[in-house]
Amino acid sequence: MNSPYIHQAPSVSAIMLKVLLALVPGIALAVWYFGPAILVSLVLASLTALATEAAMLKLRGRPLKPFLGDNSALVTAWLVALSIPPLAPWWLVVAGVAFAISIAKHLYGGLGNNPFNPAMIAYAVLIISFPAHMTHWLAPHGLGTIELDLTSQLRYIFSGVLPGGTALDAVTAATPLDTLKTQLHLERPVKEILEMPVYGYLAGKGSEIVALGYVAGGFYLLLNRIITWHVPVAFLGTLFAVAGIFHLIDPGQYVAPLFHWMSGAAMIGAFFILTDPVTGPTTPKGKLVFAAGAAILTYVIRVFGGFPDGVAFATLLMNLCVPLIDTYTQPRVFGEKGGKK
Amino acid sequence: MRALHHFHGGIHPEEHKLESSGLPIARAPLPQRLTLPLQQHLGSRAKAVVQAGDRVLKGQLLARAEGEMSAAVHAPTSGLVLSVDLGAVPHPSGLPDLCATIEPDGEERWIERATLDFCALPKAELLVRLRDGGIVGLGGATFPAHLKFDLKPAQAIRTLVLNGAECEPWITSDDRLMRERAAEIVQGIEILRHLVNPAETLVGIEDNKPQAIAAMRQACANTGIEVAAIPTLYPTGGEKQLIKVLTGKEVPSGGYPLHIGVLCSNVATAYAVHRLVNCGEPVISRLVTVTGNVRTPQNFEALLGTPIEDLTKLAGGALPGSADYILGGPMMGLHTSNGRLPVVKSTNCIIVKSPQLFPPLPPALPCIRCTRCADACPADLQPQELYWFAQARNFDKIRNYHLFDCIECGACNYVCPSHIPLAQYFRFAKSEIRALEHESAAAALARERYEFRQMRIERDKQEKAEKLAQKEKAALAARQPAAAPVAPQDSSTQARIQAALERAKAQAAAVTPKNMDALTPQQQAEIAEIEARRARARELAQAQDIPHNSNNAD
Ligand code: SF4
Ligand code: SF4
Repeated sequence: MNSPYIHQAPSVSAIMLKVLLALVPGIALAVWYFGPAILVSLVLASLTALATEAAMLKLRGRPLKPFLGDNSALVTAWLVALSIPPLAPWWLVVAGVAFAISIAKHLYGGLGNNPFNPAMIAYAVLIISFPAHMTHWLAPHGLGTIELDLTSQLRYIFSGVLPGGTALDAVTAATPLDTLKTQLHLERPVKEILEMPVYGYLAGKGSEIVALGYVAGGFYLLLNRIITWHVPVAFLGTLFAVAGIFHLIDPGQYVAPLFHWMSGAAMIGAFFILTDPVTGPTTPKGKLVFAAGAAILTYVIRVFGGFPDGVAFATLLMNLCVPLIDTYTQPRVFGEKGGKK
Repeated sequence: MRALHHFHGGIHPEEHKLESSGLPIARAPLPQRLTLPLQQHLGSRAKAVVQAGDRVLKGQLLARAEGEMSAAVHAPTSGLVLSVDLGAVPHPSGLPDLCATIEPDGEERWIERATLDFCALPKAELLVRLRDGGIVGLGGATFPAHLKFDLKPAQAIRTLVLNGAECEPWITSDDRLMRERAAEIVQGIEILRHLVNPAETLVGIEDNKPQAIAAMRQACANTGIEVAAIPTLYPTGGEKQLIKVLTGKEVPSGGYPLHIGVLCSNVATAYAVHRLVNCGEPVISRLVTVTGNVRTPQNFEALLGTPIEDLTKLAGGALPGSADYILGGPMMGLHTSNGRLPVVKSTNCIIVKSPQLFPPLPPALPCIRCTRCADACPADLQPQELYWFAQARNFDKIRNYHLFDCIECGACNYVCPSHIPLAQYFRFAKSEIRALEHESAAAALARERYEFRQMRIERDKQEKAEKLAQKEKAALAARQPAAAPVAPQDSSTQARIQAALERAKAQAAAVTPKNMDALTPQQQAEIAEIEARRARARELAQAQDIPHNSNNAD
């Protein structure tokens, strides 16, 4: 027995549970706008995560109980599920989550030791391997030519058959970011593009509201001190600044910064992905650098790169820099020179 | 009102002070037997001046300070010295140490108690009296007072800080002392002021002790001593943290308060100084909070050497479900299951444990880099990085990350969601690094010894050969008496041995100081203590597969 003999900290499991809870508003709004298919993905992903986690722990000769109960695999699973189109075939979710847990997490040493965000690794692998499946997002409520009910969504996920010979294109739509990119290639000005029906108030119809759900969850995490302000503020601030500069230079070419905020994975990234403690820096200054870097990369990939969204790749690239960032941002210790007096 | 400052981090553990702070101090009766470890202070063990069979008076010297860093130990009552032998002592190493055992005769006959006119006494003489009176830091650190207050002529003290923060949960002994004996404490402070002549004298007390603050303020009226109520926040009673809060100054990394013109001492120490100087009584008792899973938690004035279980009985006895004790507070105290351990100068609190009050922790999970530990660290360290390097036994890196600025307060431990015993890792890493340094000094010495041995072997060989040659020559000479005797050739050999010896000595002298002598007394004492701890740390490491395993998070 060694001192201290008292402790007071939420367990890892409780922390992760709060992260899951914080995702709920976003998920609920997604169900509202895009139908319940996402719930199926979430269940599939959760089951796959637990099974893979158990199998990997067994393989590595680790105790099951403390690790299976830590809820961290579920967080990874949900983030993977939320980054895959809900109508994607079931095996896509399963493969993504299994890859995230087994390769991106456990092969690097398991909880706490993986240098890359496992969910983002899975997303990157899937979008490179199955680009077609990864871009068939459901059209929001009231936009698709046909809307599927839960049973037909389920049937499609598991068998790939749509009722009565409906074409897939009739129920899905390209993401707002994607549409923007293709339309810009067609040399249409931003203003005109944003008048298309996929767009709502600021960005994609439906998805902009879902993003607000993630913001709400993010505030919950901030209030519960699960995350600190550094990453969201630096990420969103930098994204706004960069997008703002380009927008000011040529508003016909570059959309307004708020569009970037409310599109794609910006909000879930700012509050749920880049804030992953394991794969992010630990020093306050480091967090600012990390998130600002991720914002710049996200913008560059979105606007000049070949992929529809940039958050995943930006996260992974910045994950790579974490040891360096940490080393160069060590805070001054008590009694060290040059300090506050 | 003094403008207070903040230190980074800190935690708010449940205070548990009210349990024991309500009742007045009670005097513990004479126990059947008193066990007095000869080392109750930082530094080297005191040297026994009595032996088994001697009769001693209350307050009589049992062991005198040995060496620079040491303090005397006295008989807490009159009686018979039963033995001076190895016995169990409260120490993290768990190793036995020399103790004098006394059987009280019940008469409580005092030595002649001579008071001191401290103003008339030269300061050097007063310091010697402190040493011989057994005065050490009674806040728990047990640093010998005569060293702390021994200032070089160039060292000016601006601020004398009296530590009455008592930030550890459960402990209330300083609280009660300040409430009931504030005037005596202030008399002790006056003696310390006389010694160091500070421009200002501050008493820092956490604001969860309003009665103590009021009592001290009253006692300090018109003395120029300022009593500051400071926010309750663990570990605000840490020396460096308290100084920061009160003065805004930071003790430099790796330095001492002296370096910024501050000295810090506990209020209980000031009280002991008063007793010694104004009453002629050396340190033979102290206040001990007895609390936790006992019927009536209370503070006792207990003779040093009283078994801790005697005191728990006085507190109404341990309640059902009790298991083991904590000596000191729950954040930094020592765990023991041995109720026979004696009260020593550092024993400010005895907490009877129970699984309800101190629930065991689930097994540690890997670090998730959440930085709660860094947010709580009062030394502005990055415990998660230190932990990483400690696990990897990367001792160069861990030093660069300021391991030695860690005050082992355990705040990081307290908040870690993965329940990693961080403070334990840091204590272990420190002791390992000190041991390594020790070893490298020893290795240099061993090399010299080896060279010298080679030299000697060669010399022996040569001598043998020479002897043989002489014998042969003698034999030859016997046969040929005319041959001139050959001068023995050993003068040059002798010279070479001499030279090697000199060299070895010189180098040893050059090596040792670098690693040992240049250290401050406190560091030396720490090393001595660490040496003992190491044995235990090793055991622990084996038992728990701690850092020896290069990556146990894997
Ligand atoms: S509190 Fe524990 S889990 Fe969190 S960073 Fe510190 S050591 Fe790691
Ligand atoms: S034990 Fe050391 S590292 Fe941990 S909080 Fe205290 S000073 Fe900081």
